[in-house]
Amino acid sequence: MNIPLEHILLLSAVLFSIGVLAVITKRHAVVVLMGIELIFNAANLNLVAFSRHDPQLLQGQLFSLFVIVIAAAEAAVALAIVLRVYQHFKTANLSEITSQD
Amino acid sequence: MLFYIFAILAIVSGAYMVLTRNLLYAGFSLLIVLLSIAGIYVLLFADFIAVTQLMVYVGGVLVLILFGIMLSSRVQDKSVLSENVNTVWGTLVAGLIVVGLSYSILKSNISSLLWLQTMEVDVLGDQKSTVQMIGIKLMTDFVLPFEIASLLLLIALMGAAYIATDKQKT
Repeated sequence: MNIPLEHILLLSAVLFSIGVLAVITKRHAVVVLMGIELIFNAANLNLVAFSRHDPQLLQGQLFSLFVIVIAAAEAAVALAIVLRVYQHFKTANLSEITSQD
Repeated sequence: MLFYIFAILAIVSGAYMVLTRNLLYAGFSLLIVLLSIAGIYVLLFADFIAVTQLMVYVGGVLVLILFGIMLSSRVQDKSVLSENVNTVWGTLVAGLIVVGLSYSILKSNISSLLWLQTMEVDVLGDQKSTVQMIGIKLMTDFVLPFEIASLLLLIALMGAAYIATDKQKT
């Protein structure tokens, strides 16, 4: 039942790089947002994993709680912006959003 | 043992999220990633974080993302597909990140840190859940970030509602 810390860190590294890959290679704005959520989750996993060893109890868990709150606010605002951009440019493809008018 | 099942599930569905070109499939594989991360939180003695993950991510953010997919794509001309660009460079950067991070994690011998050895798994002590401790901490040590987070949520709510309103109609 005792999970080694290195394995959790490795899982978190893999999830982080998958998120980076989604952010770089995808051209639809919503998929880029999904990649950012994956990066947030990888960071949270590290915080919770180290919080298991925290002598002062739960500081990492509280920090990850605030990270979840910020991520929710970020997702709401970013999706509102994506919807505005879609109404304005008639596309959510990041490569086709070029001109100002 | 259960941790490795959740880890493999998270990695496989995360990879599928990147590899697939269908946006809805990507959304639902993100759902599996978030659920397995919630399971890993339970195994790491973080029950409140796991429930928060389920409620906020699976119940909130994922529904928002599915709304975003459905509202920002014309279904009749099959634009729910998302093409890839920068595939070589993206794979190179992500591969370098995962190789570098894994190398440094495996070389750094984290388990020999002193403060990791002092407190082993017996975090919870005799109480069974972390909810009471999190509540006490939120109202004492972390009360300022708590209030700032509530203010930030209010600002995000107003900002999102203001941005998403259709200004041409009015």
